[in-house]
Amino acid sequence: MQLEARKISFRYHPRQPWVLKDLEFGVGQGECVGLFAPSGYGKTTLAMLLAGYLKPVEGEILLAGRVLPLSGVCPVQLICQHPEQAVNPRWRLRRVLEESGQIREDLLDRLGIERMWLERFPRELSSGELQRFCVARALTSNADFLICDEISAMFDVITQAQVWSVVCHEAQRRNMGIVVITHNRHLAQRLCSRICDLGNPS
Amino acid sequence: MSRAGSGKGLNRRTKALLLTIFLTFLMVLVYVSGSLIPEEAVGTDLQRSGQPPSWAHLFGTDNLGRDLLLRTLKGLSVSMTVGIAASCVSAVIAILVGIAAAVGTRAVDGAVSWLIDLMMGIPHTVLIILISFSLGRGLRGLLVGIAATHWTSLARLIRGEVMQLRSQHFIAVSRRLGKSSGWILLHHLLPHLAPQFIVGLILMFPHAILHEASVSFLGYGLAPEQPAIGIILAESMRYLSSGMWWMAVFPGLLLVLIVLLIDRLGENLRSVIDPYSAQE
Repeated sequence: MQLEARKISFRYHPRQPWVLKDLEFGVGQGECVGLFAPSGYGKTTLAMLLAGYLKPVEGEILLAGRVLPLSGVCPVQLICQHPEQAVNPRWRLRRVLEESGQIREDLLDRLGIERMWLERFPRELSSGELQRFCVARALTSNADFLICDEISAMFDVITQAQVWSVVCHEAQRRNMGIVVITHNRHLAQRLCSRICDLGNPS
Repeated sequence: MSRAGSGKGLNRRTKALLLTIFLTFLMVLVYVSGSLIPEEAVGTDLQRSGQPPSWAHLFGTDNLGRDLLLRTLKGLSVSMTVGIAASCVSAVIAILVGIAAAVGTRAVDGAVSWLIDLMMGIPHTVLIILISFSLGRGLRGLLVGIAATHWTSLARLIRGEVMQLRSQHFIAVSRRLGKSSGWILLHHLLPHLAPQFIVGLILMFPHAILHEASVSFLGYGLAPEQPAIGIILAESMRYLSSGMWWMAVFPGLLLVLIVLLIDRLGENLRSVIDPYSAQE
């Protein structure tokens, strides 16, 4: 099974310039691909397209040769770079986690999520703490592909290593494909089997 | 926070909550006492007609010798019934229309926005008179008239709120986690709208009462034998020139007082419900 972008182009409005033009990109199962580009090259837009949050204007996103399903649990899950926008501010975090299914205690332990936090509101946690919930939520959904859009910028180095080891461990266990979008070239080289540079495609 | 600015040491939220409870209690008291007064108590007694305020009749009596305090209380409870029923219906219309405009197609949104502008462009009182008159006046005409005209501003507020919520990332996440539109509406949208809805409903209430009174006053609302505030005020106009000032002053003041109290109640409730002022 492969997740691929076939000659996709995208712009937010017909009068605006293209954000992405005729882009080809693919990631296979069990593969970890780094996506690297300077600011403003449409990395986040590509992440949203791959996970089905946006529809490409031209071209298509295919999963195992078929267009992404519109309803049901999407097999491609996105973890975004602003966790505070990705959780309902009026929900306790237990409910936020349960939205993707049964809470997995082992994941909470390995991500360093304290049980107390489950009864709190998003406002009462830092963005680093919230991001662990977003990672746990995405992993609980049993997705086949995970798009990680700058997910570790708010962590200190130790937590960053901890969260990535959880993600990679899960990916190996379930043979998931991962797209890592990051500014940190060293992180990308450490994690990924292949790096795709949008800035100078070669 | 320093204790100097906060009276007895209670924070603003606690004070607002206490005031809200007190005002609610007061409203219920007025309503219940008004509806418990039997018809006989406000019967006519020509022997005591046109008496000025005294200890026996605090508000005085009218031209037919009816006790004005009892009649005003009864009138207020009738007005409150009309107000509650009409603003509840109106608020439900507002939430349905507002959500439809926000989640519907561009055409639906355009049509709803046009309708809201149209309704807001016509003076409320004129529209209520037209609707009430065409439905044969009385309680039914008045209720429909008030319910059909008061939903506009709340509908616009809810439309804006839903549109803003819909663009939130967590709604998109929920959809990608396989939740249906109905589930998202029920679990994500409606809880966000509930405070707006409740406060909007209560702030609509004084408007409805005032419109009820003014339309009844003009003779297009409740029937003359019903003890509504508008009717009492309309009757008093005929006797004002003969010096019976108490027939207009006391019922009018009580109406203004109740309306101001309900308005205060709504504002207080807003600050209690709003989570962002929780620590103030």
